[in-house]
Amino acid sequence: MRWLLAKDLLILRRSRLTVALLIVYPVAIALLLGLAISRGPAAPRVAIVDETPPGQTVQVGAHRIPVSRYAQELFSQVQALSTASRAQAIARVRAGDAVAAVIIPADIATRIASLRPASVEVIYDGNALEQALVQSSIESAIARANTGFSEQIQRPTAATLRAILQGGETGLLGGPPDAIGLARIPAALSALVARAPAGAASGQLRRIEASTAFAARELSQSSRLLATVGEPIGVHSSVVAGRRTPLDAFAVVVAVSVSLMFVCVLLAAGGVALEREENALARLARGLVSAWALLAEKALLGAVCAFVLAFAMIAGVGAFVTLDWSRAGQWVLALALGAGAFGALGVAVGALAHEVRAATLLAILLSMPLALLALVPRGAVAGGFYDAIGVISFVFPFRASLQALDAAVNGSAPPIAGSLAHLVLLIAVFASLARAGLMRAG
Amino acid sequence: MEVRAIGKRYGALRALEGVSFTVRAGEMLAVIGPNGAGKTTLLSILAGAQRPSSGSVTPGAASVGWAPQQQAVYSRLSVAENLELFARLEKVPDPRAAVERMLEQTGLRARSRELVGRLSGGNRQRVNVALALIADPPVLVLDEPSASLDPPQRVRLWEFVCGLARAGTAVVFSTHDVAEAQRLADRVLVLVDGRVAIDAVPEQVERAGGGGGFEAAFLEILRRAPEPAPAPDGITDERGTGP
Repeated sequence: MRWLLAKDLLILRRSRLTVALLIVYPVAIALLLGLAISRGPAAPRVAIVDETPPGQTVQVGAHRIPVSRYAQELFSQVQALSTASRAQAIARVRAGDAVAAVIIPADIATRIASLRPASVEVIYDGNALEQALVQSSIESAIARANTGFSEQIQRPTAATLRAILQGGETGLLGGPPDAIGLARIPAALSALVARAPAGAASGQLRRIEASTAFAARELSQSSRLLATVGEPIGVHSSVVAGRRTPLDAFAVVVAVSVSLMFVCVLLAAGGVALEREENALARLARGLVSAWALLAEKALLGAVCAFVLAFAMIAGVGAFVTLDWSRAGQWVLALALGAGAFGALGVAVGALAHEVRAATLLAILLSMPLALLALVPRGAVAGGFYDAIGVISFVFPFRASLQALDAAVNGSAPPIAGSLAHLVLLIAVFASLARAGLMRAG
Repeated sequence: MEVRAIGKRYGALRALEGVSFTVRAGEMLAVIGPNGAGKTTLLSILAGAQRPSSGSVTPGAASVGWAPQQQAVYSRLSVAENLELFARLEKVPDPRAAVERMLEQTGLRARSRELVGRLSGGNRQRVNVALALIADPPVLVLDEPSASLDPPQRVRLWEFVCGLARAGTAVVFSTHDVAEAQRLADRVLVLVDGRVAIDAVPEQVERAGGGGGFEAAFLEILRRAPEPAPAPDGITDERGTGP
């Protein structure tokens, strides 16, 4: 086996372009994937047309809130492109300069002031997928802007309610200079009732006292109610088991796993296919090298090369992302078994293909979707489809390798032992398939 | 080499049936027959690259050198590297010495450092044959060794192979060139539809075919051969072209 390994290393050394591609391509793909995962989606570029007259306000109690505050809230949620007219905004969307246009109509202030429903107009372009993505992000941005604007309305409204309850100098338009607060009226009435002669007027005063006390009690709850309406439910998050993986550390794990997979599967598959392409398989099969030894050599070649590259990637990325080097032993274990499983998958692919180009194509066609499927988060797709993805991901090594490396690098759940056992099982399965394929071929 | 009642099946398809013959040391046996007669299948079984469905071959693959029809050489290794690799895989006691010997015998010394992929078809075939001989086997099996060669290269190849036979190597070779078989072989085995139609010296083959020259006799033998049993379920007969 060692002579075949030496032969393959010699051929690799002579195939500099192939080796360069084997390193550059997966690393580039891995970095792109890593960047896409570690950075959240950018704020959408939106053309905003504010048609409200300058200086227009909404009167809330003693306060006047400029309608332009709404536009400012919206501007803070998106990459805003201030646009003069509706036509210009549509032109910007059509030109691809903005993903959508938001038109704030001129009558929005009067509608809010008169308690009529107010709305903004959103204009999209692009295909159905783009529209769905843009609509989702724009609606989210508008919802956040609405929340911000409603907080600005809620604060003076609460202050007005407090002034009505507590009295004194309210500052309210038309309000008395020293108003008796609603909360104080029942006590004042009670004192009056006590001094008033018994009779019809006294009974009337008691009814007024009871009604005022009820109104004051209910109104005192309003400030808290307003805050609840503004943000009814807060969020406190925790994870079931293991540590919470920072997104950038997870991106490192994804990038390394993708590189490990590509290099290993391509090399192992190409190695087996090359033996067939050169017609050497039949010569070797005459008892010079057993089928198991041949497959082990090719899987080992891919695994060792991929392991070295993957470990170098982790070590290199460690300069930019905080990694726990005390867990390096677990990294090695996860990478080694992951490489073994990808190597076994690679030789199985190679045993199916008759030439290197077909093996390479098959390896890429198989690996790329598997990696993408394994990265689909729970909840991103319908339940049944996610279950199907789960089954596919279970029978191929990418997800198990990713989970093992994530557990090794970040201490995340599920525990590393389960993933490693899964990888061992997959090594056995794919090695057996590869041998069956090789024997069937000849 | 002794071959006893070899049969080979690919599912319902019979590629070989009851093939028996012997080859003595220093003897050259030519296997001829039409396309699909089972020549390549027979030779790959003699070489140990395929297992027969029935029958036996002695000696085993370790004593047989094999040059397959499709050249089995690593194109990104040099001539010397190919030879050394197979010398080591064949567990030759002194691989370097074996490489030197083969470079000398095959006249490839001047090309020893060249990558095989850059050699001409003839020189690649010489490497293919040299790999079969690297372990100095007592039996040499050559599957259409002259197919890709021009006339001068053919002459050089057969001079080399005949020299090996004179030195005691038993040689079994297949060819489509019946004149080549008549001229070079001590015995000719005509294979038709996986069965031996005749196994005799060239002169006997010519007489058995009614005279009129070796090629005419060969064609007559093919004509007289019984029709093969029809393949079940409409399977077309492509025997001998198996893996």
